[in-house]
Amino acid sequence: MRTATINNNFKSEEYFINMGPQHPATHGVLRLLLTIDGEVIKKVDPDLGYIHRSIEKMCESDSYQQIVHLTDRMDYLSAHINNEAVCLTVENALELEVPERVKVIRTIMDELTRLSSHCLWWGVMGMDVGALSSYFYGFRDREMINDIFEETCGARLTMNYNIPGGLRQDIHPNFVKRVKEFLAHFKTKLPEYDRLLTGNVIFQKRTKGVGVLSKEDAISFGASGPVGRASGYSCDVRKHHPYSALDRVEFEEALHTDGDSYARYLVRIQEMWESISIIEQLIDNIPEGDHQVATNAVIKLPKGEYYQKVETARGELGVYIVSTGTKNPYRVKFRSPGLSNLSLLNHITVGGKIGDLVATMATIDIVVPDIDR
Amino acid sequence: MTNQELQELIAGWFTDPSAVKLEFTEEGSQFLNISIHPDYLHEMMYYLKINRNTNFDYLFCLTGIDWGKELEVVYHLESTDHRHIIVVRSKIEDRDNPEIDSVHDIWETANFHEREAFDFYGIRFRNHPNLKRLFLSEDFEGYPLRKDYVDEKLMVVK
Repeated sequence: MRTATINNNFKSEEYFINMGPQHPATHGVLRLLLTIDGEVIKKVDPDLGYIHRSIEKMCESDSYQQIVHLTDRMDYLSAHINNEAVCLTVENALELEVPERVKVIRTIMDELTRLSSHCLWWGVMGMDVGALSSYFYGFRDREMINDIFEETCGARLTMNYNIPGGLRQDIHPNFVKRVKEFLAHFKTKLPEYDRLLTGNVIFQKRTKGVGVLSKEDAISFGASGPVGRASGYSCDVRKHHPYSALDRVEFEEALHTDGDSYARYLVRIQEMWESISIIEQLIDNIPEGDHQVATNAVIKLPKGEYYQKVETARGELGVYIVSTGTKNPYRVKFRSPGLSNLSLLNHITVGGKIGDLVATMATIDIVVPDIDR
Repeated sequence: MTNQELQELIAGWFTDPSAVKLEFTEEGSQFLNISIHPDYLHEMMYYLKINRNTNFDYLFCLTGIDWGKELEVVYHLESTDHRHIIVVRSKIEDRDNPEIDSVHDIWETANFHEREAFDFYGIRFRNHPNLKRLFLSEDFEGYPLRKDYVDEKLMVVK
């Protein structure tokens, strides 16, 4: 009787909540318009553009060398890989063969970038589910990678190290030694990550069975990177369309089939082990030679269209350049992994609790400047 | 399938390819390019997805381009089974009122990417569930990635 009275007196009602754009858990200026019924999410509507800088339009009046430095302002945690994507597109268009040394160094830098990005993600992931200590562990190890970057590239975040035709400067004499030191250190620390978070019961309860994405939906929503692979969708660009030195290394594509937050977590942890293995295969065999080939001061791509995919830490980045044969591109499109991955957020969180939203978002690993461009 | 086989298969779907402005080219691109009249785009896209031999289930890039007279929408498609890639393109001649069918019912990812093309080029996607600006604010005037867009305050012309 009493329950019936309560149900009659309290009608559930839908209402709106604004999450962001100034919210610590959206990892940037992302605004989500939430439709809530009690604690249950009815709709998640992302409102984008708070950090839109019109990079594609700017590219249309820049030379091909100038475009490169704009790209590390997109996904700033995959700066090297973004730079490389543009350089590869330009080099393919010019039919320019870069030295073997460049290819190997580029791949090592890519994997270091992936490690540094995943370290940050792991720290933030723990913080988002209430385990603050992981944040300090993640940043401690990421710091060592940033030091390596600083020594060779002169910058810690927006490296701008790749140029069309090779690398801006050769690696620092300490580079090989420090990378090996880091790998030795990190291999003892990665099991620590597992002990702290992976096996934690509270963490597992927050992530297992939450935010489930099926393989068909992953493909339809254009998911890529760890988000797609956690749903059993083999989408690693490094496997399917290898570039630079990836054709000579052996690694396993991290695949899980559960499609929930926990699977996305496990994929990234496994990817860190694979990245370590890729760097170890290459670090002792960096070929001697030049670190760049000469290009014309003014690069003009032949009339036509060029497309290049690369695998960033977040997924598939596509660079699409339309050239009319002048020194500026006619149209540049960056297919960012973040935008497609964000578009499925509504699909996987609807029907769940609002408390799980932040944890689910953390496993998608959003970088807002990459989405807004 | 090779580009040649794809071309023969897709051309066979149409009784009169010239009536729908169906054209194939590999010139100036690393992929097979298929251009089609905007009115017949949705139908062809549907068959590209469901046909077992083509099975293009992954739309990985959707781009708007302004060619001066016409606007163009470019779709990059890949099959996750067969791993072949094609590019479908469709030119819209009416600049003042550009319209084309939405493909969001075939690939969910088109939802956001079409909103981006609408935001930057003003291309209206028919049957789109939520066609509003994606990045720019609602009261923004004009379509900034069009070549004839002028903004003396915000743009630096080099």
